[in-house]
Amino acid sequence: MTTETTAEVGAEAASVRPMDLLRFATAGSVDDGKSTLIGRLLYDTRSLFTDQLAAVEAVSAARGDEYTNLALLTDGLRAEREQGITIDVAYRYFATPRRKFIIADTPGHIQYTRNMVTGASTADLALILVDARKGLVEQSRRHAFLCSLLRVPHLVLCVNKMDLVDWSHEVYEKIADEFTAFAAKLDVPDLTVVPVSALHGDNIVSRSEKMPWYEGPSLLHHLERVHIASDRNLVDVRFPVQYVIRPQSTTVTDYRGYAGQVASGVLKPDDEVMVLPSGFTSRIAAVETADGPVPEAFPPMSVTVRLTDEIDISRGDMICRPNNAPAVAQDIEAMVCWMDETRPLQLGGRYVIKHTTRSARAIVRGLHYRLDINSLHRDESAGELKLNEIGRVRFRTMVPLLVDEYRRNRTTGGFVIIDETTNRTVGAGMIVEAG
Amino acid sequence: MTTTAAYQVSHLDALEAESIFVLREVVAEMERPVLLFSGGKDSIVMLWLAQKAFAPANIPFPVLHVDTGHNFPEVLAYRDQRVAELGLQLVVASVPEALANGLVRESADGMRNRIQTPVLLAAVEQHRFDALFGGARRDEEKARAKERVFSFRDEFGQWDPKNQRPELWSLYNGRHQPGESIRAFPLSNWTELDVWHYIARERIEAPSIYYAHEREVIERDGMLYAVNEFIRPRAGEERFKARVRYRTVGDASCTAAVRSDADTVAKVIEEVAATRITERGATRGDDRVSEAAMEDRKREGYF
Repeated sequence: MTTETTAEVGAEAASVRPMDLLRFATAGSVDDGKSTLIGRLLYDTRSLFTDQLAAVEAVSAARGDEYTNLALLTDGLRAEREQGITIDVAYRYFATPRRKFIIADTPGHIQYTRNMVTGASTADLALILVDARKGLVEQSRRHAFLCSLLRVPHLVLCVNKMDLVDWSHEVYEKIADEFTAFAAKLDVPDLTVVPVSALHGDNIVSRSEKMPWYEGPSLLHHLERVHIASDRNLVDVRFPVQYVIRPQSTTVTDYRGYAGQVASGVLKPDDEVMVLPSGFTSRIAAVETADGPVPEAFPPMSVTVRLTDEIDISRGDMICRPNNAPAVAQDIEAMVCWMDETRPLQLGGRYVIKHTTRSARAIVRGLHYRLDINSLHRDESAGELKLNEIGRVRFRTMVPLLVDEYRRNRTTGGFVIIDETTNRTVGAGMIVEAG
Repeated sequence: MTTTAAYQVSHLDALEAESIFVLREVVAEMERPVLLFSGGKDSIVMLWLAQKAFAPANIPFPVLHVDTGHNFPEVLAYRDQRVAELGLQLVVASVPEALANGLVRESADGMRNRIQTPVLLAAVEQHRFDALFGGARRDEEKARAKERVFSFRDEFGQWDPKNQRPELWSLYNGRHQPGESIRAFPLSNWTELDVWHYIARERIEAPSIYYAHEREVIERDGMLYAVNEFIRPRAGEERFKARVRYRTVGDASCTAAVRSDADTVAKVIEEVAATRITERGATRGDDRVSEAAMEDRKREGYF
């Protein structure tokens, strides 16, 4: 297509230092100061707009709030504003010169566990807030557990409202120690604790002078610099075939490309690969994007792979390496979070599992236990999982799935459960074991 | 592909990869997708991504334009040029036709934003589209901040915000009964600034009204509206010349311009980066009606 002169001139000047992307989830309730914290991050990074702020101020004033209620910024739905609660995950965006951030802002109450699980599923980092006056509460432990269940690689505990405890080092230490001890029992690879006052902006963007005893970074400094590049699995080649590109054209003939997004590993031309579930092997002829061939592909790139041999491959197949392949399994053990309010998960229940680009009918063969997500107690007598309940479940699928353990691979280890009669997404699963 | 370090991609590459994944996912799982194309910057970028997602094959779905009859001529010309270049099938859902045959009635304020919804839904029904790609972004508006990438709509095209499907990882559930449909939003995680950075990087041509130009305008409700066949000065409103550009392109009777000297992509990026007002707040009369104007329109089947 023709390029307008304006675009031409602009392109050079517009090239900036490339930023990377960090997705983080926040959990907490208004009481913890979560909305204030998010409002502060948006405001101090100039990501909050005057018309948004004016609208919130006007609504706050009309409702007789004593201060501008920044929660109104994130509570986007009529019902949320009317009831003064956050119901759903809200996505917020801000950027600094170093990084672009996507916040999945989730409600903290136990009745919204499914929303937090949803927000955490794609998060590189999770931010948990506690009120310094109250210390760790049941909710903080639950949030930490859900982050570890969802394998969020980085956890940040913000000890908020430090202004209300006189910036006390001892209060902070006590909470930090208690939380660190609790996290040690979970699967938390990286934990950072930051004392903050979201209301006054201490330790949010820059280091606070009120807490000279704290030697760590400000929250934003940490968010900007936390090392996430190593979180991705670059070892196990997993390329779920999403779509087969076969142009019906007279100019491009005999083209057959397998399009998809790299789940893990690095794919390069001439690599020997195996295709599952058939088990056929071939070599990579080319890795392409619309802009031409690329020397290698890694997560999260969306590419098209061509192979040297003509073998039958379709959507739902997986390209991997002959000596490093996922399990081809019909018996799946998973931790399941149930998300449907109308019907519980029951033994013998029939569902559809959607896993990578493949779907399979499945039957619940076993419910080993239901987990009390506050006490972590296992109830082995449980016969069902209701909304927001988590348990260990055994499925049998009609066709094999190509799976890894969730702790090794979030993309090939996670799945959603769909009720075929209502078409609703009723649960999420994290694979523990496949055989 | 810009890499910031070994095996790292820039945020634009990450967004592009995610959008391409969504586009392919819809085409793989749905029967009859269609892409909503208005000639606005978001739909331009979406169409660009569609071209990339299926290359070297052609885009495997038609485009749909909901023509309110209140168009900017530059934008219509752009639409026709892109459709011709890509060899696309264009479906036009015409509000003037729907007015003529009585499907909808003109609203009292003359704005056609609300009445375009039934026209869109009629076209969807007629062509049996089961998936509609929209260029909506979550940063645009607070109701949109809560919408899924795959947004389920019932047989009346309605959105039920309290009954949305949980969306985890990149697993999207597009299952539906006949008559129901999915609105898919590949640009969900893009911001206005991302869109402009991408337009610059990919050297995508945009309609000229996005860049600063002289135009005869009037000031109404604190916003600048172009004087044209749809907008006439009312008593007490004075027409004057101003250097303006459009931040959004919608119905010409309710889309306002902003004062601007940004006549290149680079200057637009600078301007967008510095602005303190959201694009919808600055330019859209239709969103100012009430606190929940967008949510209410979405419930009725709007994008």
